[in-house]
Amino acid sequence: MNMYLIGALVFWLAAWALNVWLSNLKPTRLTKLLVPVIFGITLLVIWEWVVRGLEVKAVLLPPPSMIGTAFVNNIPTLWADFVQTFIKGALSGYFIGCGAAFITAIAIDRSPFLQKGLLPVGNFVAALPIIGMAPILVMWFGFGWQSKAAVVVIMVFFPMLVNTVQGMQAQTAMQRDLMRTYAASYPQKLLKLRLPAAAPFIFNGLKISTTLALIGAIVAEFFGSPTVGMGFRISTEVGRLALDMVWAEIVVAAIAGSAFYGVVALLEKATTFWHPSQRGQD
Amino acid sequence: MNQEVVIEAKKLSLTFETNDGPVHALKDVDLTINKGEFVSFIGPSGCGKTTFLRVMADLEQPTGGEIFVNGMTPEQARLKRAYGYVFQAAGLYPWRTIGGNIRLPLEIMGYSKDEQTKRVKEVLELVHLDGFENKFPWQLSGGMQQRASIARALSFDADLMLMDEPFGALDEIVRDHLNEQLLELWAETNKTICFVTHSIPEAVYLSTKIVVMSPRPGRVTDVIESTLPRERPLDIRESQEFLDIAHRVREGLRAGHGDD
Repeated sequence: MNMYLIGALVFWLAAWALNVWLSNLKPTRLTKLLVPVIFGITLLVIWEWVVRGLEVKAVLLPPPSMIGTAFVNNIPTLWADFVQTFIKGALSGYFIGCGAAFITAIAIDRSPFLQKGLLPVGNFVAALPIIGMAPILVMWFGFGWQSKAAVVVIMVFFPMLVNTVQGMQAQTAMQRDLMRTYAASYPQKLLKLRLPAAAPFIFNGLKISTTLALIGAIVAEFFGSPTVGMGFRISTEVGRLALDMVWAEIVVAAIAGSAFYGVVALLEKATTFWHPSQRGQD
Repeated sequence: MNQEVVIEAKKLSLTFETNDGPVHALKDVDLTINKGEFVSFIGPSGCGKTTFLRVMADLEQPTGGEIFVNGMTPEQARLKRAYGYVFQAAGLYPWRTIGGNIRLPLEIMGYSKDEQTKRVKEVLELVHLDGFENKFPWQLSGGMQQRASIARALSFDADLMLMDEPFGALDEIVRDHLNEQLLELWAETNKTICFVTHSIPEAVYLSTKIVVMSPRPGRVTDVIESTLPRERPLDIRESQEFLDIAHRVREGLRAGHGDD
Protein backbone atom coordinates (compact mmCIF):
# COMPACT_ATOMS: atom_id res chain seq x y z
CA MET A 1 0.00 0.00 0.00
CA ASN A 2 1.42 3.32 -0.89
CA MET A 3 0.96 6.65 0.85
CA TYR A 4 -1.58 8.02 -1.64
CA LEU A 5 -4.02 5.18 -1.09
CA ILE A 6 -3.69 5.33 2.67
CA GLY A 7 -4.11 9.10 2.52
CA ALA A 8 -7.27 8.70 0.43
CA LEU A 9 -8.67 6.17 2.88
CA VAL A 10 -7.88 8.33 5.92
CA PHE A 11 -9.33 11.44 4.27
CA TRP A 12 -12.47 9.56 3.32
CA LEU A 13 -13.02 8.26 6.85
CA ALA A 14 -12.29 11.68 8.40
CA ALA A 15 -14.68 13.48 6.04
CA TRP A 16 -17.31 10.82 6.62
CA ALA A 17 -17.05 11.26 10.38
CA LEU A 18 -17.19 15.04 9.99
CA ASN A 19 -20.34 14.86 7.87
CA VAL A 20 -22.03 12.45 10.28
CA TRP A 21 -21.21 14.83 13.11
CA LEU A 22 -22.52 17.84 11.12
CA SER A 23 -25.73 16.03 10.18
CA ASN A 24 -26.48 15.32 13.81
CA LEU A 25 -26.19 18.99 14.75
CA LYS A 26 -29.19 21.26 14.62
CA PRO A 27 -29.69 21.92 10.90
CA THR A 28 -28.73 25.46 9.96
CA ARG A 29 -28.07 27.17 6.66
CA LEU A 30 -24.36 26.62 7.13
CA THR A 31 -24.53 22.87 7.80
CA LYS A 32 -26.96 22.42 4.90
CA LEU A 33 -24.36 23.99 2.65
CA LEU A 34 -21.33 22.41 4.28
CA VAL A 35 -22.38 18.76 4.09
CA PRO A 36 -22.61 18.51 0.27
CA VAL A 37 -19.47 20.66 -0.12
CA ILE A 38 -17.47 18.32 2.11
CA PHE A 39 -18.88 15.38 0.19
CA GLY A 40 -17.78 16.90 -3.11
CA ILE A 41 -14.31 17.76 -1.87
CA THR A 42 -13.91 14.22 -0.53
CA LEU A 43 -14.79 12.77 -3.92
CA LEU A 44 -12.17 14.96 -5.60
CA VAL A 45 -9.47 14.12 -3.06
CA ILE A 46 -10.13 10.38 -3.29
CA TRP A 47 -10.14 10.60 -7.08
CA GLU A 48 -6.82 12.49 -7.06
CA TRP A 49 -4.97 10.19 -4.65
CA VAL A 50 -6.36 6.92 -5.92
CA VAL A 51 -5.42 7.82 -9.51
CA ARG A 52 -1.93 8.77 -8.35
CA GLY A 53 -1.60 5.86 -5.97
CA LEU A 54 -2.60 3.29 -8.59
CA GLU A 55 -0.68 5.17 -11.30
CA VAL A 56 -3.65 5.22 -13.64
CA LYS A 57 -2.70 6.51 -17.09
CA ALA A 58 -3.83 10.08 -17.74
CA VAL A 59 -5.47 8.90 -20.98
CA LEU A 60 -7.85 6.74 -18.98
CA LEU A 61 -8.53 9.09 -16.09
CA PRO A 62 -6.51 12.22 -15.38
CA PRO A 63 -6.42 13.41 -11.76
CA PRO A 64 -8.52 16.50 -10.94
CA SER A 65 -5.40 18.62 -10.46
CA MET A 66 -4.40 17.94 -14.06
CA ILE A 67 -7.89 18.83 -15.28
CA GLY A 68 -7.72 21.99 -13.21
CA THR A 69 -4.39 22.93 -14.76
CA ALA A 70 -5.72 22.31 -18.25
CA PHE A 71 -8.76 24.43 -17.39
CA VAL A 72 -6.71 27.37 -16.12
CA ASN A 73 -4.19 27.22 -18.98
CA ASN A 74 -6.88 27.15 -21.65
CA ILE A 75 -9.39 29.67 -20.42
CA PRO A 76 -9.45 31.72 -23.69
CA THR A 77 -10.08 28.55 -25.74
CA LEU A 78 -12.69 27.27 -23.33
CA TRP A 79 -14.43 30.64 -23.32
CA ALA A 80 -14.53 30.73 -27.13
CA ASP A 81 -15.95 27.20 -27.16
CA PHE A 82 -18.49 28.16 -24.53
CA VAL A 83 -19.66 31.19 -26.49
CA GLN A 84 -19.87 29.19 -29.72
CA THR A 85 -21.69 26.17 -28.33
CA PHE A 86 -23.66 27.44 -25.37
CA ILE A 87 -24.49 31.08 -26.13
CA LYS A 88 -24.87 30.81 -29.90
CA GLY A 89 -25.94 27.20 -30.39
CA ALA A 90 -27.77 26.07 -27.28
CA LEU A 91 -29.31 29.33 -26.04
CA SER A 92 -30.60 30.57 -29.40
CA GLY A 93 -32.00 27.11 -30.18
CA TYR A 94 -33.55 26.99 -26.72
CA PHE A 95 -35.33 30.33 -27.12
CA ILE A 96 -36.50 29.61 -30.67
CA GLY A 97 -37.60 26.06 -29.85
CA CYS A 98 -39.36 26.84 -26.58
CA GLY A 99 -40.92 29.99 -28.02
CA ALA A 100 -42.23 28.17 -31.08
CA ALA A 101 -43.57 25.33 -28.94
CA PHE A 102 -45.30 27.79 -26.63
CA ILE A 103 -47.03 29.58 -29.51
CA THR A 104 -47.94 26.26 -31.13
CA ALA A 105 -49.41 25.06 -27.83
CA ILE A 106 -51.69 28.10 -27.63
CA ALA A 107 -52.76 27.59 -31.23
CA ILE A 108 -53.38 23.89 -30.61
CA ASP A 109 -55.40 24.70 -27.53
CA ARG A 110 -57.67 27.02 -29.51
CA SER A 111 -58.38 24.56 -32.26
CA PRO A 112 -59.37 20.92 -31.86
CA PHE A 113 -58.38 20.47 -35.51
CA LEU A 114 -54.78 21.44 -34.77
CA GLN A 115 -54.85 19.31 -31.65
CA LYS A 116 -55.63 16.28 -33.79
CA GLY A 117 -53.25 17.27 -36.57
CA LEU A 118 -50.23 18.81 -34.86
CA LEU A 119 -49.74 16.67 -31.77
CA PRO A 120 -49.04 13.50 -33.80
CA VAL A 121 -46.60 15.46 -35.95
CA GLY A 122 -44.92 16.68 -32.76
CA ASN A 123 -44.78 13.10 -31.58
CA PHE A 124 -43.22 12.07 -34.85
CA VAL A 125 -40.55 14.76 -34.66
CA ALA A 126 -39.77 13.80 -31.07
CA ALA A 127 -39.27 10.20 -32.15
CA LEU A 128 -36.63 11.14 -34.75
CA PRO A 129 -33.21 10.01 -33.51
CA ILE A 130 -31.15 13.12 -32.94
CA ILE A 131 -27.99 11.34 -34.13
CA GLY A 132 -29.64 10.77 -37.49
CA MET A 133 -31.05 14.27 -37.81
CA ALA A 134 -27.91 16.19 -36.85
CA PRO A 135 -25.86 15.46 -40.02
CA ILE A 136 -28.84 16.39 -42.20
CA LEU A 137 -29.32 19.67 -40.38
CA VAL A 138 -25.61 20.40 -40.71
CA MET A 139 -26.02 19.84 -44.47
CA TRP A 140 -28.95 22.26 -44.51
CA PHE A 141 -27.74 25.02 -42.25
CA GLY A 142 -23.97 24.78 -42.65
CA PHE A 143 -21.13 24.16 -40.19
CA GLY A 144 -21.85 27.30 -38.11
CA TRP A 145 -23.87 27.58 -34.94
CA GLN A 146 -27.12 27.82 -36.92
CA SER A 147 -27.23 24.08 -37.58
CA LYS A 148 -26.60 23.42 -33.87
CA ALA A 149 -29.44 25.74 -32.95
CA ALA A 150 -31.64 23.83 -35.39
CA VAL A 151 -30.82 20.54 -33.67
CA VAL A 152 -31.62 22.12 -30.31
CA VAL A 153 -34.93 23.44 -31.65
CA ILE A 154 -35.96 19.93 -32.66
CA MET A 155 -34.89 18.51 -29.33
CA VAL A 156 -36.67 20.99 -27.07
CA PHE A 157 -39.79 21.59 -29.16
CA PHE A 158 -41.71 18.49 -28.24
CA PRO A 159 -41.22 18.33 -24.45
CA MET A 160 -42.08 22.01 -24.27
CA LEU A 161 -45.15 21.54 -26.48
CA VAL A 162 -46.54 18.59 -24.55
CA ASN A 163 -46.02 20.27 -21.19
CA THR A 164 -47.64 23.52 -22.28
CA VAL A 165 -50.62 21.80 -23.93
CA GLN A 166 -51.15 19.82 -20.75
CA GLY A 167 -50.81 22.95 -18.66
CA MET A 168 -53.45 24.74 -20.69
CA GLN A 169 -55.94 22.12 -19.47
CA ALA A 170 -54.90 22.51 -15.86
CA GLN A 171 -57.77 24.67 -14.62
CA THR A 172 -60.67 23.32 -12.60
CA ALA A 173 -64.24 23.43 -13.91
CA MET A 174 -65.05 26.00 -11.25
CA GLN A 175 -62.23 28.31 -12.30
CA ARG A 176 -63.53 28.12 -15.88
CA ASP A 177 -67.17 28.66 -14.85
CA LEU A 178 -66.11 31.74 -12.92
CA MET A 179 -64.65 33.30 -16.07
CA ARG A 180 -67.87 32.45 -17.90
CA THR A 181 -70.01 34.21 -15.30
CA TYR A 182 -67.89 37.32 -15.88
CA ALA A 183 -68.46 37.00 -19.64
CA ALA A 184 -64.68 37.19 -20.08
CA SER A 185 -63.22 37.35 -23.60
CA TYR A 186 -60.77 34.78 -24.94
CA PRO A 187 -57.64 36.92 -24.38
CA GLN A 188 -58.80 37.71 -20.85
CA LYS A 189 -59.33 34.03 -20.10
CA LEU A 190 -55.94 33.22 -21.59
CA LEU A 191 -54.01 35.85 -19.65
CA LYS A 192 -55.83 35.78 -16.35
CA LEU A 193 -56.62 32.09 -15.99
CA ARG A 194 -55.13 29.64 -18.45
CA LEU A 195 -51.53 30.84 -18.61
CA PRO A 196 -51.14 31.39 -14.86
CA ALA A 197 -52.67 27.97 -14.23
CA ALA A 198 -50.34 26.47 -16.86
CA ALA A 199 -47.19 28.10 -15.44
CA PRO A 200 -46.03 25.10 -13.36
CA PHE A 201 -46.30 22.86 -16.44
CA ILE A 202 -44.61 25.40 -18.69
CA PHE A 203 -41.68 25.64 -16.28
CA ASN A 204 -41.42 21.87 -16.23
CA GLY A 205 -40.96 21.98 -20.00
CA LEU A 206 -38.46 24.81 -19.73
CA LYS A 207 -36.40 22.94 -17.13
CA ILE A 208 -36.28 19.68 -19.08
CA SER A 209 -35.30 21.67 -22.17
CA THR A 210 -32.24 23.28 -20.52
CA THR A 211 -30.34 19.99 -20.33
CA LEU A 212 -31.61 18.84 -23.72
CA ALA A 213 -30.40 22.05 -25.32
CA LEU A 214 -26.86 21.61 -24.05
CA ILE A 215 -26.70 17.95 -25.09
CA GLY A 216 -28.07 18.78 -28.54
CA ALA A 217 -25.63 21.62 -29.16
CA ILE A 218 -22.59 19.56 -28.14
CA VAL A 219 -23.54 16.38 -29.97
CA ALA A 220 -24.44 18.27 -33.16
CA GLU A 221 -20.87 19.55 -33.39
CA PHE A 222 -19.59 15.97 -33.78
CA PHE A 223 -21.10 16.05 -37.29
CA GLY A 224 -19.30 19.10 -38.57
CA SER A 225 -18.39 22.45 -37.12
CA PRO A 226 -15.94 25.31 -37.45
CA THR A 227 -12.71 24.85 -35.44
CA VAL A 228 -14.33 26.10 -32.28
CA GLY A 229 -17.01 24.72 -29.99
CA MET A 230 -17.30 22.35 -27.04
CA GLY A 231 -18.33 19.35 -29.12
CA PHE A 232 -15.61 20.02 -31.67
CA ARG A 233 -13.00 20.34 -28.90
CA ILE A 234 -14.08 17.14 -27.20
CA SER A 235 -13.93 15.09 -30.38
CA THR A 236 -10.56 16.50 -31.55
CA GLU A 237 -8.84 16.38 -28.14
CA VAL A 238 -9.94 12.77 -27.69
CA GLY A 239 -8.24 12.09 -31.02
CA ARG A 240 -5.04 13.69 -29.68
CA LEU A 241 -5.35 11.72 -26.42
CA ALA A 242 -5.41 15.04 -24.51
CA LEU A 243 -7.99 13.80 -22.04
CA ASP A 244 -7.30 16.56 -19.54
CA MET A 245 -8.68 19.05 -22.07
CA VAL A 246 -11.74 16.85 -22.71
CA TRP A 247 -12.40 16.80 -19.01
CA ALA A 248 -11.95 20.55 -18.80
CA GLU A 249 -14.69 20.91 -21.45
CA ILE A 250 -16.88 18.58 -19.42
CA VAL A 251 -16.33 20.82 -16.41
CA VAL A 252 -17.44 23.81 -18.50
CA ALA A 253 -20.50 21.90 -19.70
CA ALA A 254 -21.39 20.88 -16.14
CA ILE A 255 -21.09 24.43 -14.83
CA ALA A 256 -23.02 25.92 -17.75
CA GLY A 257 -25.75 23.27 -17.59
CA SER A 258 -26.24 23.59 -13.84
CA ALA A 259 -26.26 27.38 -13.97
CA PHE A 260 -28.78 27.34 -16.84
CA TYR A 261 -31.06 24.95 -14.97
CA GLY A 262 -30.59 26.94 -11.78
CA VAL A 263 -31.63 30.21 -13.41
CA VAL A 264 -34.80 28.65 -14.85
CA ALA A 265 -35.57 27.00 -11.49
CA LEU A 266 -35.18 30.36 -9.73
CA LEU A 267 -37.51 31.99 -12.27
CA GLU A 268 -39.97 29.18 -11.63
CA LYS A 269 -39.83 29.73 -7.91
CA ALA A 270 -40.49 33.44 -8.36
CA THR A 271 -43.39 32.86 -10.77
CA THR A 272 -45.17 29.83 -9.34
CA PHE A 273 -44.62 30.51 -5.65
CA TRP A 274 -48.36 29.90 -5.18
CA HIS A 275 -48.29 26.31 -6.40
CA PRO A 276 -48.35 23.61 -3.69
CA SER A 277 -45.15 22.08 -5.08
CA GLN A 278 -43.30 25.35 -4.42
CA ARG A 279 -45.16 26.37 -1.27
CA GLY A 280 -43.95 23.35 0.69
CA GLN A 281 -40.34 24.50 0.52
CA ASP A 282 -38.92 27.28 2.62
CA MET B 1 -97.81 46.21 -4.54
CA ASN B 2 -96.21 46.22 -7.97
CA GLN B 3 -93.08 44.12 -7.68
CA GLU B 4 -90.29 43.83 -10.20
CA VAL B 5 -89.79 40.27 -11.41
CA VAL B 6 -86.15 39.13 -11.48
CA ILE B 7 -86.47 35.44 -12.32
CA GLU B 8 -89.31 33.88 -14.19
CA ALA B 9 -89.28 30.18 -15.08
CA LYS B 10 -92.07 28.54 -17.05
CA LYS B 11 -92.25 24.77 -17.49
CA LEU B 12 -88.46 24.69 -17.28
CA SER B 13 -86.91 21.28 -17.93
CA LEU B 14 -83.39 20.00 -18.27
CA THR B 15 -82.49 16.45 -19.22
CA PHE B 16 -78.90 15.22 -19.20
CA GLU B 17 -78.17 12.43 -21.65
CA THR B 18 -75.92 9.93 -19.92
CA ASN B 19 -74.72 6.45 -20.75
CA ASP B 20 -77.31 5.06 -18.35
CA GLY B 21 -80.11 6.85 -20.18
CA PRO B 22 -81.59 10.30 -19.69
CA VAL B 23 -81.50 11.97 -16.27
CA HIS B 24 -84.27 14.48 -15.59
CA ALA B 25 -82.41 17.09 -13.56
CA LEU B 26 -85.35 19.51 -13.83
CA LYS B 27 -88.92 18.84 -14.89
CA ASP B 28 -91.61 21.47 -15.48
CA VAL B 29 -90.35 23.96 -12.94
CA ASP B 30 -92.48 27.10 -12.59
CA LEU B 31 -91.13 29.82 -10.36
CA THR B 32 -91.20 33.59 -10.02
CA ILE B 33 -88.71 35.53 -7.92
CA ASN B 34 -89.22 39.22 -7.17
CA LYS B 35 -86.64 41.87 -6.63
CA GLY B 36 -85.19 42.03 -3.14
CA GLU B 37 -86.24 38.52 -2.15
CA PHE B 38 -83.98 36.04 -0.40
CA VAL B 39 -84.88 32.70 -1.91
CA SER B 40 -83.51 29.39 -0.67
CA PHE B 41 -83.58 26.21 -2.71
CA ILE B 42 -83.61 23.14 -0.54
CA GLY B 43 -83.80 19.46 -1.29
CA PRO B 44 -81.79 16.25 -1.26
CA SER B 45 -78.91 15.82 -3.68
CA GLY B 46 -80.06 15.18 -7.22
CA CYS B 47 -83.14 17.38 -6.87
CA GLY B 48 -81.81 19.87 -9.39
CA LYS B 49 -81.34 22.84 -7.08
CA THR B 50 -77.80 23.50 -8.23
CA THR B 51 -78.81 22.81 -11.83
CA PHE B 52 -81.55 25.40 -11.57
CA LEU B 53 -79.07 27.96 -10.28
CA ARG B 54 -76.65 27.10 -13.08
CA VAL B 55 -79.44 27.51 -15.65
CA MET B 56 -80.12 31.02 -14.31
CA ALA B 57 -76.39 31.72 -14.65
CA ASP B 58 -76.27 30.34 -18.22
CA LEU B 59 -73.81 27.66 -17.11
CA GLU B 60 -76.29 24.95 -18.22
CA GLN B 61 -78.72 25.00 -21.12
CA PRO B 62 -82.36 24.02 -20.45
CA THR B 63 -83.84 21.42 -22.77
CA GLY B 64 -87.43 22.57 -22.38
CA GLY B 65 -89.60 25.48 -21.24
CA GLU B 66 -88.28 28.96 -20.78
CA ILE B 67 -86.58 31.14 -18.20
CA PHE B 68 -86.02 34.88 -18.01
CA VAL B 69 -83.52 36.77 -15.90
CA ASN B 70 -84.41 40.46 -15.60
CA GLY B 71 -86.71 39.88 -18.61
CA MET B 72 -83.77 38.61 -20.73
CA THR B 73 -82.51 35.17 -21.63
CA PRO B 74 -79.87 33.87 -19.20
CA GLU B 75 -77.20 34.36 -21.87
CA GLN B 76 -78.09 38.00 -22.40
CA ALA B 77 -78.17 38.49 -18.64
CA ARG B 78 -74.75 36.87 -18.28
CA LEU B 79 -73.25 39.03 -21.01
CA LYS B 80 -74.69 42.07 -19.20
CA ARG B 81 -73.05 40.81 -15.98
CA ALA B 82 -76.42 40.76 -14.24
CA TYR B 83 -75.41 38.43 -11.44
CA GLY B 84 -72.61 37.51 -9.08
CA TYR B 85 -72.09 33.77 -8.57
CA VAL B 86 -70.70 32.16 -5.42
CA PHE B 87 -69.62 28.54 -5.85
CA GLN B 88 -69.61 25.66 -3.38
CA ALA B 89 -65.89 26.12 -2.83
CA ALA B 90 -64.24 29.51 -2.71
CA GLY B 91 -62.37 28.83 -5.97
CA LEU B 92 -59.99 31.74 -5.48
CA TYR B 93 -57.11 31.83 -7.95
CA PRO B 94 -54.06 30.85 -5.87
CA TRP B 95 -51.66 33.04 -7.87
CA ARG B 96 -53.60 36.17 -6.92
CA THR B 97 -53.81 37.81 -3.52
CA ILE B 98 -57.21 38.22 -1.87
CA GLY B 99 -57.30 41.77 -3.21
CA GLY B 100 -56.20 40.54 -6.62
CA ASN B 101 -58.96 37.93 -6.68
CA ILE B 102 -61.61 40.51 -5.90
CA ARG B 103 -60.09 42.80 -8.51
CA LEU B 104 -60.33 40.05 -11.16
CA PRO B 105 -63.96 40.67 -12.25
CA LEU B 106 -63.34 44.41 -12.10
CA GLU B 107 -60.33 44.09 -14.42
CA ILE B 108 -62.33 41.94 -16.83
CA MET B 109 -65.26 44.35 -16.80
CA GLY B 110 -62.98 47.30 -17.48
CA TYR B 111 -63.24 49.35 -14.29
CA SER B 112 -60.59 52.05 -13.86
CA LYS B 113 -57.66 51.40 -11.52
CA ASP B 114 -58.92 53.89 -8.93
CA GLU B 115 -62.41 52.47 -9.04
CA GLN B 116 -60.97 48.95 -8.61
CA THR B 117 -58.99 49.94 -5.54
CA LYS B 118 -62.00 51.70 -4.04
CA ARG B 119 -64.37 48.79 -4.59
CA VAL B 120 -61.93 46.17 -3.33
CA LYS B 121 -61.61 48.13 -0.11
CA GLU B 122 -65.40 48.51 0.20
CA VAL B 123 -66.31 44.86 -0.27
CA LEU B 124 -63.49 43.68 1.97
CA GLU B 125 -64.98 45.78 4.74
CA LEU B 126 -68.42 44.44 3.91
CA VAL B 127 -67.30 40.84 4.55
CA HIS B 128 -65.04 41.87 7.46
CA LEU B 129 -61.79 40.97 5.74
CA ASP B 130 -60.12 44.38 5.83
CA GLY B 131 -56.40 43.99 6.34
CA PHE B 132 -56.21 40.73 4.40
CA GLU B 133 -55.98 42.28 0.97
CA ASN B 134 -52.37 41.27 0.40
CA LYS B 135 -52.60 37.75 1.78
CA PHE B 136 -52.78 34.78 -0.56
CA PRO B 137 -55.86 32.51 -0.44
CA TRP B 138 -53.88 29.56 0.89
CA GLN B 139 -52.81 31.63 3.87
CA LEU B 140 -56.44 32.01 4.99
CA SER B 141 -58.91 29.65 6.68
CA GLY B 142 -61.74 28.07 4.70
CA GLY B 143 -64.32 30.44 6.15
CA MET B 144 -62.24 33.49 5.29
CA GLN B 145 -61.68 32.18 1.76
CA GLN B 146 -65.42 31.76 1.30
CA ARG B 147 -66.01 35.29 2.57
CA ALA B 148 -63.43 36.54 0.07
CA SER B 149 -65.28 34.71 -2.70
CA ILE B 150 -68.50 36.43 -1.63
CA ALA B 151 -66.67 39.76 -1.69
CA ARG B 152 -65.49 38.90 -5.19
CA ALA B 153 -69.08 38.29 -6.31
CA LEU B 154 -70.21 41.53 -4.66
CA SER B 155 -67.44 43.71 -6.07
CA PHE B 156 -69.13 44.61 -9.35
CA ASP B 157 -72.43 45.27 -7.61
CA ALA B 158 -74.78 43.04 -9.60
CA ASP B 159 -78.35 43.16 -8.29
CA LEU B 160 -78.67 39.40 -8.28
CA MET B 161 -76.55 37.02 -6.21
CA LEU B 162 -76.55 33.32 -7.03
CA MET B 163 -75.05 31.28 -4.20
CA ASP B 164 -74.54 27.55 -4.54
CA GLU B 165 -74.15 26.02 -1.05
CA PRO B 166 -71.50 28.58 -0.21
CA PHE B 167 -71.22 27.47 3.42
CA GLY B 168 -71.69 23.73 2.84
CA ALA B 169 -68.11 22.81 3.63
CA LEU B 170 -67.82 24.95 6.78
CA ASP B 171 -68.41 23.99 10.38
CA GLU B 172 -71.57 25.03 12.21
CA ILE B 173 -70.07 27.88 14.23
CA VAL B 174 -68.46 29.57 11.25
CA ARG B 175 -71.65 28.95 9.31
CA ASP B 176 -73.88 30.67 11.89
CA HIS B 177 -71.58 33.61 11.84
CA LEU B 178 -71.54 33.86 8.05
CA ASN B 179 -75.31 33.45 7.87
CA GLU B 180 -75.72 36.41 10.19
CA GLN B 181 -73.29 38.45 8.10
CA LEU B 182 -75.05 37.47 4.91
CA LEU B 183 -78.39 38.71 6.25
CA GLU B 184 -76.76 41.97 7.30
CA LEU B 185 -75.30 42.32 3.86
CA TRP B 186 -78.62 41.59 2.19
CA ALA B 187 -80.29 44.25 4.34
CA GLU B 188 -77.58 46.78 3.47
CA THR B 189 -77.49 46.16 -0.26
CA ASN B 190 -81.08 45.12 -0.98
CA LYS B 191 -79.97 42.55 -3.54
CA THR B 192 -81.99 39.59 -4.73
CA ILE B 193 -80.35 36.42 -3.45
CA CYS B 194 -80.85 32.86 -4.66
CA PHE B 195 -79.28 30.48 -2.18
CA VAL B 196 -78.89 26.73 -2.56
CA THR B 197 -78.60 24.72 0.64
CA HIS B 198 -79.42 21.36 2.13
CA SER B 199 -79.73 22.66 5.67
CA ILE B 200 -83.30 23.30 6.87
CA PRO B 201 -82.35 25.76 9.67
CA GLU B 202 -80.14 27.68 7.29
CA ALA B 203 -82.91 27.94 4.69
CA VAL B 204 -85.53 29.03 7.23
CA TYR B 205 -83.23 31.47 8.98
CA LEU B 206 -82.14 33.24 5.80
CA SER B 207 -85.06 33.23 3.43
CA THR B 208 -88.14 35.22 2.62
CA LYS B 209 -89.11 32.40 0.28
CA ILE B 210 -88.18 28.73 0.52
CA VAL B 211 -88.38 26.52 -2.56
CA VAL B 212 -88.58 22.85 -1.59
CA MET B 213 -87.45 20.47 -4.32
CA SER B 214 -87.46 16.71 -4.78
CA PRO B 215 -85.38 14.42 -6.97
CA ARG B 216 -85.96 12.05 -9.91
CA PRO B 217 -87.22 14.05 -11.71
CA GLY B 218 -86.07 17.34 -10.15
CA ARG B 219 -89.18 19.39 -9.45
CA VAL B 220 -90.60 21.96 -7.04
CA THR B 221 -92.84 20.39 -4.40
CA ASP B 222 -93.58 23.43 -2.23
CA VAL B 223 -92.93 27.17 -2.18
CA ILE B 224 -93.11 28.63 1.32
CA GLU B 225 -93.39 32.39 1.90
CA SER B 226 -91.69 33.04 5.22
CA THR B 227 -93.60 35.03 7.81
CA LEU B 228 -90.49 35.85 9.82
CA PRO B 229 -89.56 39.54 10.01
CA ARG B 230 -86.67 40.79 7.88
CA GLU B 231 -84.71 41.65 11.00
CA ARG B 232 -83.51 38.29 12.37
CA PRO B 233 -81.31 37.81 15.43
CA LEU B 234 -79.76 34.32 15.70
CA ASP B 235 -82.09 33.32 18.56
CA ILE B 236 -85.11 33.69 16.32
CA ARG B 237 -84.30 30.09 15.51
CA GLU B 238 -85.81 29.02 18.83
CA SER B 239 -89.13 30.79 18.24
CA GLN B 240 -92.31 28.83 17.55
CA GLU B 241 -92.82 30.56 14.22
CA PHE B 242 -89.37 29.45 13.08
CA LEU B 243 -90.03 25.87 14.14
CA ASP B 244 -93.38 25.88 12.35
CA ILE B 245 -91.80 26.92 9.08
CA ALA B 246 -89.00 24.39 9.54
CA HIS B 247 -91.66 21.73 10.13
CA ARG B 248 -93.41 22.63 6.90
CA VAL B 249 -90.13 22.44 4.99
CA ARG B 250 -89.47 19.02 6.48
CA GLU B 251 -92.96 17.85 5.50
CA GLY B 252 -92.35 19.09 1.96
CA LEU B 253 -89.05 17.20 1.77
CA ARG B 254 -90.70 14.04 3.09
CA ALA B 255 -93.58 14.29 0.60
CA GLY B 256 -91.06 14.55 -2.22
CA HIS B 257 -89.55 11.29 -1.06
CA GLY B 258 -92.88 9.42 -1.02
CA ASP B 259 -92.02 7.21 -3.95
CA ASP B 260 -88.77 5.70 -2.64
